[in-house]
Amino acid sequence: MDILITGLILGGTYALIAMGLNLQYGVSRIMNLANGEMLVIGGFTAFALYTAGQVSPLLTIFIVAPVAYVLNWLVYRIMLRPLVKRAKSRGMLEQDAILTTFGLSFVMVGLMLWAFGGDYFSYSYLARPVVIFGDNFGLNRVVAFGCAALLCAGLYLWLNVSRAGMAIRAVAVSPENARLVGIDVPKLSARAFALGGAVTAVGGAVISTFLTLDASTGVMFTMKALIIVIMGGVGDVRGTILAALVLGLGETLVATFIDPGLTLAAAYALFIAILLFRPQGFFGRKPT
Amino acid sequence: MTAVVKLSGATKQFGGLVAVDNVSFEVQEHQVLGLIGPNGSGKSTTLNLISGALPVTDGDIALRGREITGLPAREIARKGVARTFQLVRLLPSMNVVENVMAGAVFGHRRRWGASAERHAKHVLETVGIADKARSHVSQLTYIDTKRVELARALAGEPEVLLLDEWLAGLNPTELTEGIDLIHRLRDEGRTIILVEHVMDAIRSLCDACVVMSSGKKIAEGSTEAVLSDPEVIRAYLGDDDA
Amino acid sequence: MKRGDLSNLAWGAALLVLAALLPLTGDGYLISLGVTIAMYTVLATSWALFSGPTHYISLATAAFFGVGTYVTGAGIDHLPYWTLLPIAAVVGGVLAALVGLATLRLSGVYFVIFTLGLAEMTRQVVTWYQNKTGHKGTYVLTDLTDNDIYWQLVALAGLVFLIGWAVGRSRLGFALRIIGDDEDVARHVGINTALSKVALFIVSGAVAAVVGAIIAPRYVYIEPSTAFTPMLSFQVVIMALLGGTGRLWGPLVGVIPFTLLWEAISSSFPNQTTLLLGLSFLAIVYLLPGGFVGLWDRVKHRSARRRALA
Repeated sequence: MDILITGLILGGTYALIAMGLNLQYGVSRIMNLANGEMLVIGGFTAFALYTAGQVSPLLTIFIVAPVAYVLNWLVYRIMLRPLVKRAKSRGMLEQDAILTTFGLSFVMVGLMLWAFGGDYFSYSYLARPVVIFGDNFGLNRVVAFGCAALLCAGLYLWLNVSRAGMAIRAVAVSPENARLVGIDVPKLSARAFALGGAVTAVGGAVISTFLTLDASTGVMFTMKALIIVIMGGVGDVRGTILAALVLGLGETLVATFIDPGLTLAAAYALFIAILLFRPQGFFGRKPT
Repeated sequence: MTAVVKLSGATKQFGGLVAVDNVSFEVQEHQVLGLIGPNGSGKSTTLNLISGALPVTDGDIALRGREITGLPAREIARKGVARTFQLVRLLPSMNVVENVMAGAVFGHRRRWGASAERHAKHVLETVGIADKARSHVSQLTYIDTKRVELARALAGEPEVLLLDEWLAGLNPTELTEGIDLIHRLRDEGRTIILVEHVMDAIRSLCDACVVMSSGKKIAEGSTEAVLSDPEVIRAYLGDDDA
Repeated sequence: MKRGDLSNLAWGAALLVLAALLPLTGDGYLISLGVTIAMYTVLATSWALFSGPTHYISLATAAFFGVGTYVTGAGIDHLPYWTLLPIAAVVGGVLAALVGLATLRLSGVYFVIFTLGLAEMTRQVVTWYQNKTGHKGTYVLTDLTDNDIYWQLVALAGLVFLIGWAVGRSRLGFALRIIGDDEDVARHVGINTALSKVALFIVSGAVAAVVGAIIAPRYVYIEPSTAFTPMLSFQVVIMALLGGTGRLWGPLVGVIPFTLLWEAISSSFPNQTTLLLGLSFLAIVYLLPGGFVGLWDRVKHRSARRRALA
């Protein structure tokens, strides 16, 4: 029971991060490998504001989200859009996007190392235990999970009910046809990319309440988010949430029963299984 | 005598949508078969099933009596099915002769080295652009890109050639050239299945036609007979006009 | 074989002999730099054999390299040194085959992600295994000097160039170029795309593992964190792309300046190497698409056109 809940709580926060990446990839078709750094920046901000002014990380979210939105929008317009325009083929764009977002990720890590050094940073926020089904859990984890669940639910509803959400889903399914029904695909891609970045940064602020981060942990989260997106299926919110929970649970199981040093290996084992047996994701149809 | 290509109850579903619904027809040796019908009727999908670009959901496809159902595209290509694409797909990093060699090296009849290059040039002569063998594909006019793609398909000396709207998008002069070119291929005795909208081309090129509408085969027979069939006219023009 | 081929081979052989003369200078620093350059030349060239034509960016170099060092580390006390290199090649090749079969049927993004984590995962597994069996690292004690290591790497470089040259003239090389241009077309002209990609990936995996096995004696003491450094994968990618993968000699042109730059930056600003990596990636995409080779081709093209106009 203990493991189950710890795993689910971890998975819930993963879901939020992966949701951000999935929005970006699903709509703009650019795999953003600098996504994890956006998360770390979100976490850094929460840390800085908390240690400097005792600002609750839950309030920091409201600063982090708009800033990250603008930042990501700029990245898309200035750096990625020209690549989309010059690409001769899907393969070339993919290669360029991978290199660019990797480059960006390293630049951000480099700048953070420069500014803050390579130290781990953590703070103690709501570090009181709460009892669930007779076991103790950190209140910060539970609150983080609550935040993540709330945001995921909100995002899911927004995508399914609102006009803008509908347009985003239309582009995710078929950019060509979305254009035909009068959706401004480049504009929407930029917005979705920005929104995805904002969601991830918020996830970072939330995660920093209970995980220790340092300037170079971003890539680890990018990788996990990517694995989740692939497991859950591109552009699929339900799949992402399910995959995140599976990953959270899987990691917790391996960390408890085998070795905490093997969490990535566990994520990989899941990844391989998915690649071999359901490369289209949990709910996806066979690719045609 | 066995048909070159035979479809028996070929069916393709995309989720709930049946794009090709229980379609059967045959193509004989040296025959040019037109696959026609209104937009979205499943013609191109049928072609994709034959070339192995998409797997069938149900039914069988045979090449000279041997089943090719479910084989990957590369196996089908090696067994002698070559195709062009609805939107021309050339290899952008290569010149014209290399593009054509791609078809000669790995296709039905395989050649390599100097022999492949000789053969590729020979095919370029057939399609009428031998003088542009060394050009880069980005320098070609639209019809020439189509010729290169056709040459690539011919280079493997296929048993059957699939042309997916090969004449689409050509201007009137180019169209005449294009129809003449396919006429020559027809006179050489090649077996061809062509998906086409251009009526003049269908009339002058096709020995027989299969008409599709909403994924189903609605008529089949000699081009003349099929094109005057009231049901075919209804499918093309809509119910009110019939 | 054409005349041009013969002269290319002769030039290649001459340069190789020239490179092999470096240890005669007796300058320790120069030789040590030579080892580094030779190592990256082999890694970047073999990387480009696969990733150049297919556009699949492999970040698995560090994993193959690490596995290679561990082959030497684990085997040096039990087997003669010269048997370890072929063993490393086989182990690296098998690992590449497994990774390739699992991921190369799918799109490039899956492949990058998978290879990105491969080194880290292998490191975790090796660390876990070592913790379980109770030893932390391995000593590799040999009487091989930097000179010996250098000569082995130069010979391996020769072999890799020869393989690259042969592949470039083969049906397999032609198939990979077609795959890189348009995979659908490749399938429809009868190419077994998965098999072709896996074949070349095996070559690059095996070579990287052999490099690891050759370098291992230089480390003396091997532990997972030195054997599997993710940086290595990124450096190799940058060097290869900086030089340009359009020609066999392209990566070499990228290796030399980048190695010197890297040495300079990491000795004077050791904390800024990450920033350097990032900026290099961006520079390649925005300023030097196609690398030095691409730049050279464009300049040549332009001057040819100017001459034609004059």
